[in-house]
Amino acid sequence: MTRALLGRFTSALLAGWIVLSAVFFLLRLLPGEPGAAFEDPRVPQEQRLRLRAIYGLDRPLPEQYVRWIGGVVRGEWGYSLSQHRPVGEILRATAPNTLLLSSAALLLELGLGLALGVAAAARAGSPFDHALRAISLALWSLPAFWLGLMLIAGFAVALPLFPPGAMRAVEAGSFGLWRRGLDLVWHLALPAAALGLPAAAATARFVRSTVLERLGEPFVQSARARGLSPRRVLWSHALRAGLAPIAQLAGLSLAALLSGTVAVEVVFGWPGIGRATYDALVARDYPLLLAGTALSATFVLAGSFLAEALQAWLDPRLRDA
Amino acid sequence: MPEAAPAVRYGRQRRQRRSRRQRRSRTLRTGLALLALIVAAVGLVPIVWSQSPDRQLDPAVAGLAAPWSRFEVLHLTDRGTLAAVAVEVSGSEVVLHGQPRPTRVAISDLDGEIESQRFALGSDEFGRDVAARLLAGGRVSLAVAGWTVLLISLVAVPLGALSGSAPPAVDQFILRGLEALQSFPRLFLLLGLAAIVRPGMLSVVLILGLTGWIPMARLVRAEVRALREREFVLAARAAGAGRGRIVFRHLLPNALAPALVEASLAAAAAIVSEAALSFLGFGLQPPSASWGNMIADGRSTLSVGWWVAFFPGAALALTAIAFNLVGEGLRDELDPRALAQATCPPPWPLSSPPSALP
Repeated sequence: MTRALLGRFTSALLAGWIVLSAVFFLLRLLPGEPGAAFEDPRVPQEQRLRLRAIYGLDRPLPEQYVRWIGGVVRGEWGYSLSQHRPVGEILRATAPNTLLLSSAALLLELGLGLALGVAAAARAGSPFDHALRAISLALWSLPAFWLGLMLIAGFAVALPLFPPGAMRAVEAGSFGLWRRGLDLVWHLALPAAALGLPAAAATARFVRSTVLERLGEPFVQSARARGLSPRRVLWSHALRAGLAPIAQLAGLSLAALLSGTVAVEVVFGWPGIGRATYDALVARDYPLLLAGTALSATFVLAGSFLAEALQAWLDPRLRDA
Repeated sequence: MPEAAPAVRYGRQRRQRRSRRQRRSRTLRTGLALLALIVAAVGLVPIVWSQSPDRQLDPAVAGLAAPWSRFEVLHLTDRGTLAAVAVEVSGSEVVLHGQPRPTRVAISDLDGEIESQRFALGSDEFGRDVAARLLAGGRVSLAVAGWTVLLISLVAVPLGALSGSAPPAVDQFILRGLEALQSFPRLFLLLGLAAIVRPGMLSVVLILGLTGWIPMARLVRAEVRALREREFVLAARAAGAGRGRIVFRHLLPNALAPALVEASLAAAAAIVSEAALSFLGFGLQPPSASWGNMIADGRSTLSVGWWVAFFPGAALALTAIAFNLVGEGLRDELDPRALAQATCPPPWPLSSPPSALP
């Protein structure tokens, strides 16, 4: 299994490199210059040439590519054209925020999805099960950014319970540690719900069918025959056996959440990577755009790698494979 | 927690199996009915109700009007149109109420009848009818979904069939390529492509079609691979059928059922993705209406007019639900294995839900 995982790791690295290179060349082949300042007619020609020289844009494309990929390997992402500071600095400032939002959404997804999915499987065919099926299908079809807007309209405007956006209160700097944490959770609630609820619906459906499938298997019947309580059979036999595919789904959905935050971050003004990348695209800030894409691709690849590792760890049958 | 004793559960499971079969067809029927309703609304209502989605009433009077509010529209011979909450005739003049300043218009300046317009779903900040824009946006969304699914099928089905019927080396090569492509963050690819192709319906279809075919290709491949081992293929080969004939006459027709399911789910994903693209400003460009850019319009006026963003999003969600219901119902109908088992098969386990994309 270690060998197989090592192989997957190598192929993930390879895929990451291909994705990065593809995006690099794709962006350079676009019509127009990188950076909005380069196209401003008020900027004189010689200034423009100097800017190009400063950012290394006057070099041939292969040389730019080698320089850039060399920098990436050393952990240097270049200099943002729109924010006028190193890209690495922007990433360090925004990545934790995206991770925080995604983790909160993942927590909501797994907590709600597992609880509701198992409960529905235990009561398969009951009105509760039918209702959950219908609600989760509806919730699962909702676009997260619209759900976010509606949450703002409902719980920040009509009923001002939560803040409509941003990550902390303006005066948060003067709060004590405890209050600052509360303030963060308070700001986190709506975006995490917008991101996590549709995902929770998908997870609940998946958990329900996985557990239901396990409930029909012989080992569950034998557990029942041995007189174990229904609760024990459900949670420590049926769910435990179904945990491997569920863990795989969780790993994949972490990746989906991380790369799916763009619109939600834009809606809530959340200062994360998604919004930074979106701003970079609007401003044609190629170094930042490339870095954001790279980071997002890394998240996705890491998520699916994690999914497989988790699955192997949870399912003994896969360990020797 | 399950209170049922095992013996009871057996009986219940058998009963469930029957009720599930019935519910399955109900899922499909509900989805199809909902879809038919949406298509009919979007396609037929404009025939009897020809409100232009771009027509603007004076925003100072009719901007951000609540759902079901009514305005009187006066066409003037020289100055275009005026809108008023109510009109009153006094002598040879018409008094307009609801204007920022009291306004009077001579009857002789009027061109034609005073017409009244009802905003069934309210108006946006520019005084445009949300209902009319909703219908226009719906045509865009359905067209995008249709063309995208067509493009996806044209790419995915041949490639999946090729991969599934090719020698293992070629198959593995294609499969690894698909995995690498699938690990690519789709939204960033969408944004990158949106920067090359000029934003519009064509670019949206191209972007969604070219990034959305991977799940279907994998599905067709898996199905063709599984079918390859079946007896009827052996029989065909024994009867002297060539490789091409086996693939096209025997394998593909049988592999199309899951592709149809995937197509329906892909349509739901396409509609949501189009809205996300337009919402972020990389899809359909204003003033042409699309559900996504209507939501974007409504975002800035969310605190004063919730309806501008609510209705397009609700329509979007309803359409996505309809396509998802059809997909789920079709899968249950077409997959005899799912019926043979007492349990539901896991729902599209590894393709992420459409809402995860934006």
